Amino acid sequence: MAAVKTRSEVALNRTAIVAVLVVTIIFLAPIYWIASTAFKPRHLATTIPPTVMFEPEIGPFVKLFLRRSQLREQPTQEEYEAAPWWERLVFDGGEKVVRDGRGEVQLSGYPDRFANSLIVAVVSTVLAVGMGTLTAYGFSRFKVAGEQDWLFFILSTRMLPPVVVAIPMFLMYRVFGLNDTHIGLIILYTAFNLSFSVWLMKGFIDEIPKEYEEAALVDGYTRMQAFFKVVLPEAVTGIAATAVFCFIIAWNEYAFALIMTNRKAQTAPPFIPSQVGSGLPDWTVIAAGTFLFLLPVAIFTFLLRNHLLRGMSFGAIRK
Amino acid sequence: MTQIELRGVQKWFGSNQVIKDMNLDIADGEFIVMLGQSGCGKTTTLRAIAGLETIDEGDILIDGSAVQHLKCSDRDIAMVFQSFSLYPHMTVYQNIAFPLHATRTSSADADKRVREIAGVLRITDLLERRPSALSGGDMQRVAIGRALVRQPKAMLMDEPIGALDTKLREEMRAEIKRLHVRQGSTTIYVTHDQVEAMSLADRIVIMHEGVLQQVGTPEEVYGHPENLFVAQFVGSPVMNVADAKVADEGGKVRIHLDPADPGFEFPRELLSRLNGHAAGGLKVGVRPEGILVSHEAKAGYVPLEAQIIEPLGSHDIVDLKVGTGMIRARTPSGFVPKVGEKVHARIDPAQAHFFDTGSGKSLGVRL
Repeated sequence: MAAVKTRSEVALNRTAIVAVLVVTIIFLAPIYWIASTAFKPRHLATTIPPTVMFEPEIGPFVKLFLRRSQLREQPTQEEYEAAPWWERLVFDGGEKVVRDGRGEVQLSGYPDRFANSLIVAVVSTVLAVGMGTLTAYGFSRFKVAGEQDWLFFILSTRMLPPVVVAIPMFLMYRVFGLNDTHIGLIILYTAFNLSFSVWLMKGFIDEIPKEYEEAALVDGYTRMQAFFKVVLPEAVTGIAATAVFCFIIAWNEYAFALIMTNRKAQTAPPFIPSQVGSGLPDWTVIAAGTFLFLLPVAIFTFLLRNHLLRGMSFGAIRK
Repeated sequence: MTQIELRGVQKWFGSNQVIKDMNLDIADGEFIVMLGQSGCGKTTTLRAIAGLETIDEGDILIDGSAVQHLKCSDRDIAMVFQSFSLYPHMTVYQNIAFPLHATRTSSADADKRVREIAGVLRITDLLERRPSALSGGDMQRVAIGRALVRQPKAMLMDEPIGALDTKLREEMRAEIKRLHVRQGSTTIYVTHDQVEAMSLADRIVIMHEGVLQQVGTPEEVYGHPENLFVAQFVGSPVMNVADAKVADEGGKVRIHLDPADPGFEFPRELLSRLNGHAAGGLKVGVRPEGILVSHEAKAGYVPLEAQIIEPLGSHDIVDLKVGTGMIRARTPSGFVPKVGEKVHARIDPAQAHFFDTGSGKSLGVRL
């Protein structure tokens, strides 16, 4: 470790720390806002100036998962006392829990939408990264006729803002019966991410010396085995980085999800804003939905953080 | 028992022919070194034998059967790369065991063989390390271990010690020789370093621009180079080569390297041996140790002025002025005390080589 020595270096170091802190605060402020709103009582959510000190409550999350309707008349004392704690929270908000004919509690649309988001994002990420890695490997290691043109073509699919083709896509999907299906969204997101994945993975695979595979080939392995046993472990860093990007893009996608789905395969992004409550917008519930929605990407990125920092396994080849 | 044979092998990269009609027989247990400058086709030839490159024409035979259409995994040949190519995500142990898993060796058997080869290479205490934690020499030992563990038919080495520093290179050279003596497997070794080639090879294969120039024992290629390229490529310092005019001067035959020089005396039989070539273009070559030097004037010696002296400890290399040219002689240390002094020198006829200027081929004249 190089020690900080001169006075100007110390000053520079301190300035850098302050700058990083300021930027971090700016970046984290909206996340803090959402997270704190998700735990606020409803009447404190929209105060001006914002309420910073409050007693956190779990009510918004309970409401997020339950189907509710406006109370026409207040529950009687007995009704209120007989209700479980979570139902009382809903009563407190001036709403009641919707039950079906047999008295079963009805869930809101949120858990299904959340699951849809997970299914679509995970499957499309696996597909985009898997196909992208294989394609990139092919371009990186073999002579492909018109390689540059192919790569440009792949890249050019990203030059058009996807929303521009939303209406033709919608019509095509209607013909093929892909509207409001998981597979429809998965195909779309895989297609969005594939060009990105090919280009990113090609960069990573180009950096893996081909001597590794050649060594594996003379060691008695087939090309496929060499790919899985030698290239893939070396490409983990790149795969992780690519997967994070693809996952975030698929997870956040809003426009197509709004147009192409309405119930069965709807993902969380178009659903959350539609849940403004059965009366006035309940910002605490929206914040709770947003906060939960934020977690998978945060966890995924956190788990892969070591791979996102490059340069772990390099240095075993002499150049 | 592994013989390797190349028959009429040709290889193009686009319009550039990198191997031109290569024919070579390698006997079982032989240590062959392919020597040449970078880009001469030696590495491509090696990779073609391994199966990492296809060839456009000809046959590659291993033990009599053509293998050029076989995948490299089916050729049962091991290779050590210049970059070593140790798998960074595996430990040393896993690296060495890796080829054994391809052949479905039982893990007990594999373990035994990995430990045995690690013992031979003296890397037993490194087995749990990652390649990135190894020194250059140890990386190379591991790479050799990975190649040997499978007991392959033949061992190919592509400049395996080219990336190491000088001292380590000498050490590893001795180690490779020791291993070869012990294992006795047919080995093809590629290098551009002639010292490596001379010290390791049973036979040296010299290549230049895709063409095989000469195959022979180190003594043969050093003592009887077949053409000018081999003559000047092998040996350090480089062989002196100059255009020569043979003059028959009343009973004495003299060779003039320069119109202005007094001429070096040669035996009369040279005339008959040259057989008419003397009239056309002739080049004479002599290694620095083929220049005999003396402080006193002797019969047949001509006085020459020393222009540059390179003291190398065990001996000196002295550049002597011959007319407008220069000839390099190897002298005992301190033989010529300082630049500008004259010494008496002659070309040892027994160490002179004669080449046709046009074709560059040796005329095969030995005196």
